[in-house]
Amino acid sequence: MDDDSVFRALGDPTRRKLLDLLCETNGQTLGELCANLDMARQSATQHLGILEDANLVSTVRRGREKLHFINPVPLHEVYERWVRKFERQRLSLLHDLKRELEGDRS
Amino acid sequence: MTGETTSFVYVTYIASTPEKVFEAITKPELAARYWGHENVSDWKPGSKWQHIRANNDRTVELVGNVVETAPPNRLVITWASASQADDPAAHSRVTFDIAEYEDMVRLTVSHDELIAGSGMANGIAKGWPVVLSSLKSFLETGRGLDVFAEPKAA
Repeated sequence: MDDDSVFRALGDPTRRKLLDLLCETNGQTLGELCANLDMARQSATQHLGILEDANLVSTVRRGREKLHFINPVPLHEVYERWVRKFERQRLSLLHDLKRELEGDRS
Repeated sequence: MTGETTSFVYVTYIASTPEKVFEAITKPELAARYWGHENVSDWKPGSKWQHIRANNDRTVELVGNVVETAPPNRLVITWASASQADDPAAHSRVTFDIAEYEDMVRLTVSHDELIAGSGMANGIAKGWPVVLSSLKSFLETGRGLDVFAEPKAA
């Protein structure tokens, strides 16, 4: 749930692939994900557990099945913190530049 | 049911209480501050609710019915664009599940019965992460995010 666990979870190609698969089709079972990954269930379960601990994957029980959903909320928080902030700074730079070039005409 | 449906499940952990999270969703004056919209209803099962843009136009953008209310832990509503209010197939279903989690709250928003590939499904997939980040920021810091922000062209 903290940034460390998010980045640790993303620092592995198999786990990124799992997220890609859930982006394509959200709400998959372990079996469906394994079929797409050519991976043993046990290994996939471990990777999904790390993604779930980082809150990048959420699970819902529907009857006997456990469905996995990508949860992009932590990624949005990363975006807010490191991307949006830079966009705002760039905007304010442009604003300052514009004022500088146009002069203070008020 | 027409065609294939799709679901999304969003989870966020918020340093707050279930009561405050429930109020932030259901009280118009609070939702206006982080969602840019007010959710207006008496929140009784069977009642209507409206999602109203919190500006001078006060456009009703979404409507639906209240299915289940159990403050402060659970709220289930149907969800449709105002222009499709009369089409039952256009109503998707949103469940807010609010649970205490250590000293935080675990908020799960499940959005089900969406028509796969529809404008609504694409719209909410972009919208919920922004709204939930903003809700978290609002409850933890007192300030929501600008939910209408768009990436700026370079």
